[in-house]
Parts: sequence; structure tokens; C-alpha cells
Amino acid sequence: MHITLHQFAFLAVACVVIGSALLVVTLRNIFHSLLFLALSFLGVAGVYIVLSADFLAAVQVLVYIGAVTVLMMFALMLTHRVMTSNLSQTLGQWSVTSFPVTLGILTILLKVLVFNPWGLKEPTKFQPTTGIIGQSLLTKYLLPFELASIVLLVAMIGAIILAKEDGAPREGISSDTGEPSRIESSCPCSVKDSDAGGQV
Amino acid sequence: MIPLQWYLALSVVLFCIGIFGVLSRRNAIGILMGLELMLNAANINLVAFGRFLHPTVLTGHVFAVFVITVAAAEAAVGLAIIIAVYRNIEHINVDKINVLKW
Repeated sequence: MHITLHQFAFLAVACVVIGSALLVVTLRNIFHSLLFLALSFLGVAGVYIVLSADFLAAVQVLVYIGAVTVLMMFALMLTHRVMTSNLSQTLGQWSVTSFPVTLGILTILLKVLVFNPWGLKEPTKFQPTTGIIGQSLLTKYLLPFELASIVLLVAMIGAIILAKEDGAPREGISSDTGEPSRIESSCPCSVKDSDAGGQV
Repeated sequence: MIPLQWYLALSVVLFCIGIFGVLSRRNAIGILMGLELMLNAANINLVAFGRFLHPTVLTGHVFAVFVITVAAAEAAVGLAIIIAVYRNIEHINVDKINVLKW
């Protein structure tokens, strides 16, 4: 079977996406799996480039890698005691049941994929997409566009209100976290994690 | 020329990996990572069908832009909830968050 350059690019990018996504859900260190999640997002941007969606590839890199991954990194560092502890990251008996559930859904979807007669041909023409997306966002999809901005505003206000400190001193928590043994045990782990992240 | 089935197969596998992550992770941030993987799989599907069905209208691209918007908002609110939970009960493992279960 002869593989063209286009197909080879898709296969390489798909291998990156699938491999790093598998590492995201299986690695024990949650910080490493977050870094592989960023690699997976980059691979999905490559899939968009193969699909000649140049604007979406740029948006994918900017929003997912630039915003969502960094946001999750902040959340991981704010909850660092769960990150640095070397405990199991899977849900005991639930991980046993989640495997057949996933296999069942995969079987159903692959059955649809294989037995459905698709019969669609990919167009060979490549065109820039940014202008068409901008025009349709401001004419045909103007109402969803404004609704999306309202969703972003509401999410921003909600996130600020939810994550805000509420002023009152928390003597219970500060006395809990003030134990020197716990701080000492968590500091070398975090240094080790940042070193490992730098190597990746 | 890449057949449509290749894109759909990639999307199916990525979606199922995301489902497995959501079901088997213990850390709440790990569950959010699985959710993001599933949203990415849906986006690949949208863009692939848009390219194969209407390559000049780009409806799939516009829909994918909205999905990315909602995913970013969902990640922000979800992480804020996780930080609030961590501040209250000092844990974000979902099997330990059982205050309502008496």
C-alpha cells in the first residue's frame, strides 16, 4: 500500500495524540500527565493542520496549551499535597469496572464506524479559513457569538467568586498545615517534580 | 488523500481514552483532563465532517470554535470549584469528597 506524504503526516500526528493521551490517563504523577496533555493538544493542532483548518490550529495552541494547561498547572500547584504524594491515582474498584465500560463504548463506536457506508471524498483544494470564519461569526452566527461572550463573562465572574478567599482567618486549616514535618516532606518532592518537568 | 474513516477512528480512540480517564482517575484535576480529551475528540469529528461535507461553508469550524470557548469556561469554573473544595476539606480526591453522603 502506497502512503502519500499527507497520509504519513496524519499517521505521525495521530500516533503522537494517541500515545500522549494514553500516558495522560495512565501515569501516576499527575504533573507529568498534565505535560503529556499539552503534547496531546499540540498533536490535535497538527490534525487540524492536516485538515487544512489553519485558524483552528492556532486557536488550539493559544487556548488549550496557552490557557487551559497553564490554568490546570496553577490548580495543581495550589493543591500540591495531592500532587506530590505518591499515592495511587486510580479509584480502587472503580478502575476495574471502568475498563469494560470503556471497551464497550469503543466497540459500539467502532461498529458504527466500520459498518456505516460513508462514501465521502475529501476535497483536494486547500484554502485559508480565517476570513470565512470571521465573516460567518459576525453575520450568520452573530447571536451564538454574543451568547459565547456572555458565557465567558459569567464563567469568569463565577470562577473569581468561587476561588476567592473570604477574608476570615482559618485557624483550623493553618494549624493543620503548619506542621513542620509535612512541609519538609512536601518541599523536596516539589523540587524533584519541577526538575523532572524541566527534563520533559 | 485521507479517507474520512481515519479521522473518525482517531476521534473514537481519543474519546474512549478520555472516558477511561474520567472513570478511573481519582484526582479531580485528572477527571478534568479526561473531559478535555473528550472535547478534543468531538472537535476533530466536527472539523473532519465539515471538511468532507461542506468545504467552503465552514460550519464545523465555527461550531468547533464555540466548543473551544465552552471548554475554556468549563475548565475555569471546574478548577475554581476544585480549589474551593481543597480549601474546605483539604482534599481533591473524588472518593474523599463525601460530605453529603451521611
